[in-house]
Amino acid sequence: MARITFIQNDGTERVVEAEPGMTVMEAAVKNSIPGIAAECGGACACATCHVYVDDAWREATGQPEQMEEDMLDFAFDVRPSSRLSCQIKVSDALDGLVVRIPDKQF
Amino acid sequence: MSDEVIKTDAVIVGAGPVGLFAVFELGLVDIKAHVIDILDRPGGQCAELYPEKPIYDVPGLTVVTGQELTDRLMEQIKPFGAEFHFSQRVESLERLDGGFRLTTDLGKTFECKVVVVAAGGGSFTPKRPPLPGIEQYEDKSVFYSVRKLENFRGRDVLVVGGGDSALDWTLNLQPVAKSLTLLHRRQEFRAAPASVQKMFDLVERGDVTFKLGQVTELHGEGGKLSSVTVKGPDGTTFEQKTEVMLCFFGLTMKLGPVANWGINLNENLIPVDTAKFETSEKGIFAIGDINTYPGKLKLILSGFHEAALMAQQAYHYIYPDKKLIFQYTTSSSSLQKKLGVK
Repeated sequence: MARITFIQNDGTERVVEAEPGMTVMEAAVKNSIPGIAAECGGACACATCHVYVDDAWREATGQPEQMEEDMLDFAFDVRPSSRLSCQIKVSDALDGLVVRIPDKQF
Repeated sequence: MSDEVIKTDAVIVGAGPVGLFAVFELGLVDIKAHVIDILDRPGGQCAELYPEKPIYDVPGLTVVTGQELTDRLMEQIKPFGAEFHFSQRVESLERLDGGFRLTTDLGKTFECKVVVVAAGGGSFTPKRPPLPGIEQYEDKSVFYSVRKLENFRGRDVLVVGGGDSALDWTLNLQPVAKSLTLLHRRQEFRAAPASVQKMFDLVERGDVTFKLGQVTELHGEGGKLSSVTVKGPDGTTFEQKTEVMLCFFGLTMKLGPVANWGINLNENLIPVDTAKFETSEKGIFAIGDINTYPGKLKLILSGFHEAALMAQQAYHYIYPDKKLIFQYTTSSSSLQKKLGVK
C-alpha cells in the first residue's frame, strides 16, 4: 500500500491509499478526488488528469515518456513538475507521494 | 446550403462502435440507416482517443485495437449500405407527423421515423483554454478552427499549440496574415515532420515568428483582443501583441445540442428503459455510453446488446403492421441473404 496526498488548488488535502500497480489517476478516480477528469480512461490520450508532482517526489516519479510529454501539450499551465497522473504507476517506493491538482484543467 | 432532404428509416447520431453496430442490427430487420458524426471518420472514441490502444473485453476477440475494431465493424456492416455523413454535428431535431427532421451544422437535412442517439461521451469539440474572460473574445478574436481563410487576411495572428492543426494553420495562414506568430510550450512538436520543417523554414526566412511559452492572460476590450500575456519556459512573462488568437489544444467531449432536443436528461446522460432503450420521447432511442439505466456499465459490449434490443422496437415504428419473427443469422436463410452470404 502506498499513501498518496492530493492537494487541491484551495489547499484542501486528501490522503488516499493506493495499491502498487495501479496508477495515480486510478487512485484519484476510485476515491472521487475532484479535478481529475480522466476523460479517456487512462489511455494517455486526453491530458485531463494533469497534476503537479511535489518537488520532493519528482525524482521518485521520474520523467514523462515521449508520448506523455507530447500529450502534455494539450494540458493547461504546464510546468516542469507536470505529469499525467494516468502515467504514474504506484509502487511502495511512492508511499507518501504528494501531488497538486491544477487550478484549472481543460 | 441544404440541397434536398434525405429521407430514410433511421438516423444514427454517432459513428462509434455502438453506432456502427446499430447499422447491423437495424439492417437485419430491414431498416435503412444514415449515420452522422462530428469526426471525419468512423470509430468515435476508438478512432480519436485510442486507435492503437488494446481493448481486451470485446467477446471473442482476445485483444483488438480501437482502430481494428472500427475496421472490423465497418466490414461487418457493409452489406447494409448505410450512408455516412462525417465532419458534421446534428444541430436541431424537430418533430414531424410520424417522424423527425434533423439538420446538421453543414445544413444537411434528414427526415426519418426513428432516431438512434449513439453519441458516446458527446460530440468532440475543441478544448477551450480556461483563461479568465476568454468567452468575450470567442468568435471575435479567439478561434478554435478556421472556417474562412479570408477572415484572417491582413491581421496579426497568434497560433497557439504544437500539434498538426497548429502547424497546418500556421503554414496556411502565413501567406494571408499580416504577421504570424506561433506559440508553443516547447521546441518539440507532435506533428508531421514535414510541416515542422516547413514552419522552421518560414521562421528562417523571417515570415513566421516562433516563440516558446504559454498564454496566461488576455487583454483587450469589447471582444477585441489587443495582446496576451505569455509565460516563457523560464517562468518570466512577456506581452505579445495580436489581434487574433487561434488555439489548438485537441478535442474534448461535450454533450452539445442533444441537450436541446426535448429529451429527458440526467446529468448529461439520457435515461432509457432496459427493454427497448428508448428515451422519454417515442421513436428516439439512446444506446452506448450516452444512456443511463439502473446497472449501466459503459462497455462497448453493453452498447452492442442495447443496439440489438433497440432494433426490435424500431422495427415496430417502421413496419407497424408487420410482425417481427426472431431469427438467428446462423440458420435463417433470409438473414443470410441480407448479409450477402447466401
